[in-house]
Amino acid sequence: MSDGNSARMEAGKAVLSEHVREEIDRWVAKFPEGRQRSAVIAALHAVQHEHGYLTQPLMDAVAEYLNLPPVQVYEVASFYSMFETKPVGRHKISVCTNISCMLRGADEIVEHVERKLGIKTGESTPDGRFYLKCEEECLAACVGAPMMMVDHVYYENLTPEKVDEILDSLD
Amino acid sequence: MSDDIVKIEVNGVPLEARKGEMLIEVTDRAGIYIPRFCYHHKLSVAANCRMCLVDIEKAPKPMPACATPVADGMKVYTRSRRAIDAQKATMEFLLINHPLDCPICDQGGECELQDLAVGYGRDVSRYTERKRVVKDLNIGPLISTDMTRCIHCTRCVRFGIEIQGIQQLGTIGRGERTVISTYVERAVEHELSGNIIDLCPVGALNNKPYRYSARPWEMSSKPLVAAHDAVGSNIYAHVLRGRVKRVVPKRNDSINETWISDRDRFSCYGLYADDRLEKPMVKIDQQWTEATWQEALELAARELVKTLDGEGEALGVLVSPNATLEEMFLLRRIADRLGSRNIDHRLRRRDFRDQNADPVFPWLGCSIEGLERRDAILVVGSNLRMEAPLIAHRVRNAALDGAAVTFVNPAAYTYHFEHEYVDAPVERMVHALGALVVAAARETQKQVPAVAAKLASEIAASDAHTSAVRRLIGKERALILLGHLAQRHPQFAEIRALAAALAALTGAEIGYIAEGANGAGAAISGVLPHRGPGGAAGGEPGLDVQGMINSPRRAYIVFGIEPREDIANGERAEQALKSADTVITFSSYVTDELLGCSTVLLPIAAFAETPGTFVNGEGRWQSFDAAANPVGDARPGWRVLRVLANLLGVEDAEYRSAEEVLDGVRRAVGETRPDNSYSGQIEAEGDAVQVSLDELDVPIYSVDAVVRRSEPLQRTVFARGAKGDDDARAEIRVQSAG
Ligand code: SF4
Ligand code: FES
Ligand code: FES
Repeated sequence: MSDGNSARMEAGKAVLSEHVREEIDRWVAKFPEGRQRSAVIAALHAVQHEHGYLTQPLMDAVAEYLNLPPVQVYEVASFYSMFETKPVGRHKISVCTNISCMLRGADEIVEHVERKLGIKTGESTPDGRFYLKCEEECLAACVGAPMMMVDHVYYENLTPEKVDEILDSLD
Repeated sequence: MSDDIVKIEVNGVPLEARKGEMLIEVTDRAGIYIPRFCYHHKLSVAANCRMCLVDIEKAPKPMPACATPVADGMKVYTRSRRAIDAQKATMEFLLINHPLDCPICDQGGECELQDLAVGYGRDVSRYTERKRVVKDLNIGPLISTDMTRCIHCTRCVRFGIEIQGIQQLGTIGRGERTVISTYVERAVEHELSGNIIDLCPVGALNNKPYRYSARPWEMSSKPLVAAHDAVGSNIYAHVLRGRVKRVVPKRNDSINETWISDRDRFSCYGLYADDRLEKPMVKIDQQWTEATWQEALELAARELVKTLDGEGEALGVLVSPNATLEEMFLLRRIADRLGSRNIDHRLRRRDFRDQNADPVFPWLGCSIEGLERRDAILVVGSNLRMEAPLIAHRVRNAALDGAAVTFVNPAAYTYHFEHEYVDAPVERMVHALGALVVAAARETQKQVPAVAAKLASEIAASDAHTSAVRRLIGKERALILLGHLAQRHPQFAEIRALAAALAALTGAEIGYIAEGANGAGAAISGVLPHRGPGGAAGGEPGLDVQGMINSPRRAYIVFGIEPREDIANGERAEQALKSADTVITFSSYVTDELLGCSTVLLPIAAFAETPGTFVNGEGRWQSFDAAANPVGDARPGWRVLRVLANLLGVEDAEYRSAEEVLDGVRRAVGETRPDNSYSGQIEAEGDAVQVSLDELDVPIYSVDAVVRRSEPLQRTVFARGAKGDDDARAEIRVQSAG
């Protein structure tokens, strides 16, 4: 590693918390040397957990810390639907609209949620309570279609009433 | 090795292929066309466009030819019903989101998608849904973007990763929302970046300065040789009504493959700068007036003869290393005729003490392609990527292939490959090389060669030095490359003596990266004070460039040079010219500086406007024709020089064409072959080093008059960074990471 690279790493260090860095180090150690790129997902998880969403400076810091071109981190952050690159509501709702769910009425569920919360997919409620994610692909719960995931919990065989019940129970 | 050969059949034609080859490589070689977008022979296989689907017997479904390795007995049909259906279906999918804006797209007429849509597309779309729209990004002054047109082939992304070695564009988002982007708006900054314009199969990435200025079918394509570095990349100038509209690479696998540097691609936008010199001008009674060619040349000849008054040594001839061989040879003949040996092209060199040890025909030490097969390369004093981008590219390929690459440099320039770095600040460069020699002697248990014994005495080698020489020792094809910084260094004699000692100890060879497009040509055609064409010795040496400015001459001939920028100690050079009685300046441009220091200004054709020959860094003579018309009344340099030579009474100078001049050069140069063997010695100690790195290192887009006038190049981050723009410098730091 040339001097430039270690200087970058230092710059990355300054932005990331000690806990995040420990977490990243732990993941980097699991991969062969020079394959630190494999730790990007884990690193972004750790950062998002702490900050709520991923800002460009945070992603740059991850890139610096892992000694990667920044765009490789942006690629990962923008690809996976579990990463947020802008501030979003507290509760994250993902309604599956893939084929099985669609055939079982997912579109109505989406419409219902939109109407209920007064927002479109990809938006958050003004009070910061809910975030309705963009169209979500198959979440592998087709047996229970239509389904949605709220804050990592799966809810299946949805009806509009069931949706109301679930969302109303959240703070 | 017949084991490695497999036999396949394509459309009933039996073909042989190497085991493991992808089908598309075999069909390409056999001239059987398979449509493709993402495949490119210089990039890794992505197999994401599916345009190359073909029908393979016994395969359950069509297979992508770019990602299907050949197998013995394979039977392939590229035009069967199944193949065509698959290709048509792929095309239909690709066109769902592609805009129908061909009439206002620069790529129109040379678009792979357009061409294939003609062959495989439907006349009427079955889709009525809205098309995707993608916001454009500003990726700098060289490349325009229309990202809605992108078909996600990822060639541009792979180019960044695999050829540049640094990824700047990426695939952002997923599914239908995928876009090719830098994510954060920033310029794509790399000296080879323009190649993604050619790679992009659609009109998403295009040549920004050329935008909307011509259509491909109305231009003619003229082969040329690039004019800014020792690579001599093969290019085409695309010319409309006598003007160069753009430059694209011409494939030559042994020189530039399919790439060219941004400098070679975008320099042409400096050709039509406002300050082109369009008419001969003469200074009479301190007043400049335009003159006819005849008046100007007659005056030039008269003034030269009058000012010299029979004293040839009162003349100095300064020649750009970008001049053609023909021009150089004629200049040499004119100097001879006027009785002057003061002629030189080594404008940025500072140390001429051991010029007798310069190779008669300097070269890289191997072919450009051969650089990739070197197993160890020690680069001494070179900002390699900026000096010769495609040589840096070859060195990178060597490194990727396992070669041990080491830089001995005054600064840790960024390279995107494994390498080692030995710190050699300008004032300690000799010391650093001495330490390498000491380490090499110790490691090989040999004696330090005599020439370096004194220089290397009392120097202790550090771990970095030892490690660097270990990387050379025991290698079969080790090369020590002397770059521009080394050659411009005030202690070049010592540096070279030590490099030669290091080569002798380690068994490495020596290579030179010549300055300009024709540095080697200048050496062999005798644009040197101490040698004639072909290295002919004879008589007292004349003055080198620094000699000519330190003891000013009464008359000068200046060819293709802007003294302040192009000559080491340029201000002093300008003063020397100003104080002379007669200065005949051949230039494509007119500036206050040139008006201030010349007495006659002769407009000569710039690159692309003149026929000629360049000798590149590997010693290859490459001739080319004029591609465009000279601006105004400018004339090709060789013609103007021919007339001047006639007026001055140079014998047998009735050349009717550039080829005839070239024949003359050939006869004069004889059988000289590239050879870097060194037998120099250091007689006197060099002066203390008083130059800074900034003085030694000429920025990539400042190397010559044309490049300096290319506005798009001047707006790049590299150029702005070199001019001290802090934002640009910070940007370079961000981008060079990773
Ligand atoms: S911009 Fe061009 S080269 Fe890059 S992915 Fe899109 S179509 Fe391919
Ligand atoms: S389609 Fe919705 S979970 Fe599979
Ligand atoms: S060329 Fe084969 S999949 Fe694109």
